[in-house]
Amino acid sequence: MSILINKDTKVMTQGMTGKVGQFHTLHCKNYANGANCFVAGVTPGKAGQSYEGIPIFNSVMEASSQTGATVSVIYVPPRYAAAAIDEAVEAGLELVICITEGIPEHDMLRTRYKMQGKKTLLIGPNCPGLITPDEIKIGIMPGHIHRKGRIGVVSRSGTLTYEAVWQLTELGFGQSSCVGIGGDPINGMKHLQIMKLFNDDPETDAVVMVGEIGGSDEEECARWIKSNMKKPVVGFIAGLTAPSGKRMGHAGAIISGGQGGAEYKLAVMEECGIHITRNPAEMGKMMKHVLKG
Amino acid sequence: MKIHEYQAKEILRQYGVPTPQGSVCFSVEEAIAVAQQLGGSMWVVKAQIHAGGRGQGGGVKVARSVSDVGMHAAQILGMKLVTHQTDVDGQLVKCLLIEEGVRIFKEYYVGMVIDRSKQCVVLMASSEGGMEIETVAAHSPEKIHKIWINPVTGLIDTEANSVARLIGIPNAALAQARACLQGLYQTFVEKDAILAEINPLVLTVDQNLLALDAKINFDSNALFRHPEIMALRDLNEEDPAEVEASKFDLSYIPLDGNIGCLVNGAGLAMATMDIIKLYGGLPANFLDVGGGASKEKVAEAFKLMLKNPKLRAILVNIFGGIMKCDVIAEGVVAAAREVYLKVPLVVRLEGTNVDLGKKILAESGLPIISAGDMAEAAAKVVAAAAEAERA
Repeated sequence: MSILINKDTKVMTQGMTGKVGQFHTLHCKNYANGANCFVAGVTPGKAGQSYEGIPIFNSVMEASSQTGATVSVIYVPPRYAAAAIDEAVEAGLELVICITEGIPEHDMLRTRYKMQGKKTLLIGPNCPGLITPDEIKIGIMPGHIHRKGRIGVVSRSGTLTYEAVWQLTELGFGQSSCVGIGGDPINGMKHLQIMKLFNDDPETDAVVMVGEIGGSDEEECARWIKSNMKKPVVGFIAGLTAPSGKRMGHAGAIISGGQGGAEYKLAVMEECGIHITRNPAEMGKMMKHVLKG
Repeated sequence: MKIHEYQAKEILRQYGVPTPQGSVCFSVEEAIAVAQQLGGSMWVVKAQIHAGGRGQGGGVKVARSVSDVGMHAAQILGMKLVTHQTDVDGQLVKCLLIEEGVRIFKEYYVGMVIDRSKQCVVLMASSEGGMEIETVAAHSPEKIHKIWINPVTGLIDTEANSVARLIGIPNAALAQARACLQGLYQTFVEKDAILAEINPLVLTVDQNLLALDAKINFDSNALFRHPEIMALRDLNEEDPAEVEASKFDLSYIPLDGNIGCLVNGAGLAMATMDIIKLYGGLPANFLDVGGGASKEKVAEAFKLMLKNPKLRAILVNIFGGIMKCDVIAEGVVAAAREVYLKVPLVVRLEGTNVDLGKKILAESGLPIISAGDMAEAAAKVVAAAAEAERA
């Protein structure tokens, strides 16, 4: 088992004919069961063509009805990406993963409003995607650093997630699923929703939660963990040394008006029983300590 | 992206928000001419810099005569204005806003931001105008009233009225308050703002509402559809290193320490700064080269870091995903040669093509200190920086 995706998931790529979309679709297709998972691409006006044997359709609706794909991954450029999410939601897909970085915040506000009451789940935008090792990879993460196992990983970052995963793999801890929820201030699933899924997943024994400055998602998740989580959680927050009022690369990584600082997040997480580490090189070691201790 | 007060007021006026009469000036002569044109017996001379707290720093003066306007203008133009939001050296004042003086009866605060957890625009209003909203939030949070705005209906009349009443705007000025709040909301949405504040919004002794000060920050990801906002960008107000970095699509923020860091990915870049501090050093910058850094981009990143005279060592921390370690290694070697690197360089590579990357570094003949993981890299770079500092 795993969360959100597995070897039987059928995926379409929105924006598959672009350079980025092609590159990553090919890598995903070549990972584990990818050849059976990646069944469609969507680019308006290019129906009938194909890429690497994957048929291209004009719309999400067409791709979904003709291939049975229920999940979409989006590589569409920022100015069109929110509309691409809207289209996938309208078509009633189960899950949309938006990799695109740089979508205007007001576009995402409108998209999130339209998603209210709809069944579609959104991961991202501005995220690396998600992976269930040895089954399926949807996104831009390097597949080879992962190993199948029983640790869940959830993070707002890209490369810092790889760092956490690699530390786990090196210490012999495989992963059930790894989810990058993205670095934008207005996004889809938060730490909290992913944590709930890991809590309910019988094949996940523990979770690494990686956060960063800005917003209060980590605190909200920590408070839920305190009274509901049945599994140990290891936590790290990036940005202890980040100055206030500056956006640290990610649009959502900003301490504003004294809110969103790393110290406060860590304090809340610790108080809620999360095994925190302040050393980004020791996320894996902390997990080992927690599981063996 | 930030803009000046006078620019924010121009935009707000287009959306029906009243402001005092005034004009921007770049010289003392212009300031005097504007004051004469405005007439009256009281004027305000306001330094135009992007940082807040200008009044406390001596950048805002009231003048009772045209000659006083000239005197204050002469004093403020060209000064290095230090506020709690500038660095210690202050910000050079290159232009002024000369406005008619206003007789104030009461000051209010109104502002808008995007509420991340509720995922909509939130209007905040308070009877405590003129103070920073963070201060009010800390000391008397009950005085801040919030309304979360439905993106389909916008800020409706009844909501605007109720907020205006809650902060104590008299009934006689209610229609004006509605115009101000709805104008502010329209500005916020149509111009892709991420923060818009009128602080203070003032009620004059003759019962008129005016935006006495205004601040608008825009979403830089939405500037592609706002050339009119892009045109307001003032590069003088931005850190030259950050401006230079943005030309190469690098995300760079200067800090106070002496250890430069070059990292791929924002989260890992922050974590790298954190681990340097944890091992007893201080980061000189945040630098994210992004997902698809070319050799040229890495070279530019090195040049940027080396412009900092305090720099004593550099840590390159790359987790290759899309970005292959061999490409980064080639970039590092080329950059180190091109800039005649004189500070110690610690490199930690992991991920795609890591062995090839390490081989390129080892065979380069450059004195590169290699590290196996983040902890080792941090320990080595902190030691190298401390040694360089002693030398």
